[in-house]
Amino acid sequence: MNRINQKLQEDKKLLSIYFTAGYPKLDDTASIIQHLEKSGVDLIEIGLPFSDPLADGPTIQASSTQALKNGITTEKLFEQLKDIRQTVSIPLIIMGYFNPMLQYGVEAFCKKCQENGIDGLIIPDLPVDVYHEKYKAIFEKYGLINVLLITPQTSDERIDFIDAISNGFIYMVSSASVTGSQSGFGTVQTDYFKRIADMNLTNPQIVGFGISNNETFTQATKHTKGAIIGSAFIKHLTANGIDTIDKFVKNILA
Amino acid sequence: MNYKADQKGYYGVFGGAYIPEMLYPNVEELRQNYLKIMAEPSFQKEFQELLKDYVGRPSPLYFAKRLSEKYTTKIYLKREDLNHTGAHKINNTIGQILMAKRLGKSRIIAETGAGQHGVATATVCALMGLECIVYMGEIDIARQAPNVARMKMLGATVVPALSGSRTLKDATNEAIRDWINNPVDTYYIIGSVVGPHPYPDMVARFQAIISEEIKWQLKEKEGRENPDVIIACVGGGSNAAGAYYHYLNNDEVQLIAVEAAGLGIDSGESAATSVLGKEGIIHGSKTLLMQTEDGQITEPYSISAGLDYPGVGPLHAHLHATKRAEFVSVTDAEAMKAGLELCELEGIIPAIESAHALAVFEKQTFKPNEVIVLNLSGRGDKDLNTYIDYFKL
Repeated sequence: MNRINQKLQEDKKLLSIYFTAGYPKLDDTASIIQHLEKSGVDLIEIGLPFSDPLADGPTIQASSTQALKNGITTEKLFEQLKDIRQTVSIPLIIMGYFNPMLQYGVEAFCKKCQENGIDGLIIPDLPVDVYHEKYKAIFEKYGLINVLLITPQTSDERIDFIDAISNGFIYMVSSASVTGSQSGFGTVQTDYFKRIADMNLTNPQIVGFGISNNETFTQATKHTKGAIIGSAFIKHLTANGIDTIDKFVKNILA
Repeated sequence: MNYKADQKGYYGVFGGAYIPEMLYPNVEELRQNYLKIMAEPSFQKEFQELLKDYVGRPSPLYFAKRLSEKYTTKIYLKREDLNHTGAHKINNTIGQILMAKRLGKSRIIAETGAGQHGVATATVCALMGLECIVYMGEIDIARQAPNVARMKMLGATVVPALSGSRTLKDATNEAIRDWINNPVDTYYIIGSVVGPHPYPDMVARFQAIISEEIKWQLKEKEGRENPDVIIACVGGGSNAAGAYYHYLNNDEVQLIAVEAAGLGIDSGESAATSVLGKEGIIHGSKTLLMQTEDGQITEPYSISAGLDYPGVGPLHAHLHATKRAEFVSVTDAEAMKAGLELCELEGIIPAIESAHALAVFEKQTFKPNEVIVLNLSGRGDKDLNTYIDYFKL
């Protein structure tokens, strides 16, 4: 069974952390993954940097720009992950934009993911219908779970379709926004979390965007399986480097 | 062969809508409605009236006698430079502001490079009394001060794009992010035949007025609707799309697309996407794109801000792939020389974008009886500082 599916069966709220590969320093990738697992994180999203990250706010944009300056490439990321499965068993997901994958070759990319212990992919600008028609079979051939997004504006009909073609979890974007652009949840968001929970979807939901601390983590996971933190973690790395990762995680799970 | 977009917005293998799910409802709303709205008689009436009385259409099809003598062929200039706000851009913004109103949107956003599309958007927002926010790269704001002032006078808010290279590509990213953050009340007026479906097709249809007019104007002057050749410059490609539109499926009409070679194709400072680009995804569209081997989008360069874009509309990628259009690259130096030549021979100061198209006459020979239509997409007032610096005027 895929490590993501195993993890989803655990009877707990899951914390997923996003970080940008190659940031703060080019070769921090493996070390950040090891620290995160040790700190009690449940899932890790490894950001493959892109020059033009449309769905990301300033924090993740800046980390991507720096990572590219540091010299990260798709090939380099796979090298950094080569021995990762000798030290960690946590589910690993690559989150990246479609163009770098397209240039690498979608099948070659998926094959490399499988060889290097990657369990799933999140590709915000690969539309659901294109994935379904052209790439689903390839992802499945290499044992990769494609995590699809929904937002407060996604229609019920479309959510049902997304649920039907998903085989892991659904990434629930908390509000209409790019990453890192809000703090705290209002009734609009909690109503939305509850509305989706009441749909009784096959795939559990994990909330992303707008989660930065224990309070927002608790709010976001009240009606869902888990929550994802990205920008807040990048800010922590920028300010403190990689040595105090477990302090950051403990504060979230406190 | 069909050269127009299919149902899903593909031109051959190019096009589509590669957008994050956050944008899906906005883009889908537009996709479901744009053809229906454009077909409404009340929409067409308002659109045509504004083009006539506000923009000043039809723009003249002018026989350039001295230019024709010099190159021993028959050259007509389609005078988009005489439109209100100085370029073809306004054809599209008039169409899209009417679209936005019919979709009930109250807040308009746009991206701009040199500021021409920003000015054209700010203009129609003032006309309709709608809020207008224009994203513009921080570097472009510094080098296009007069257009920034114009937009402000027209009531627009100009927001600097501070990410990446701080030019057109980044302004477009910021506009898209704004749209993600404001999915309900906001309409995004894209300035070229780029972006996710239905934008390339919709913008081409609004610009198609150019070739619609060429047909009857040429019939009046030459007794036939079809020129032998149409020449237009291509950045994103909206003026070319408009000039080609009604001739796309007519193989008798040769199409020439002129790209900016910057300092030269191999100089590393160029914007000739058809030569330097590979298939990829930019701003929601699969098209030809200048990028690294790793799929990172690279920075283009051209002396002309309007051609300084690392991609090209998917229609043009398809015209290139199928060889329906011939793509020609023109350097900064060739374009500047051709721009000055038009001033001297015809008394018309062209935009530097359009000057790239004019430079084709030095590179290709046409027959004396051939009829050439060159789309003179904009006037050169906005480029005076560049002309002054370049020619030490």
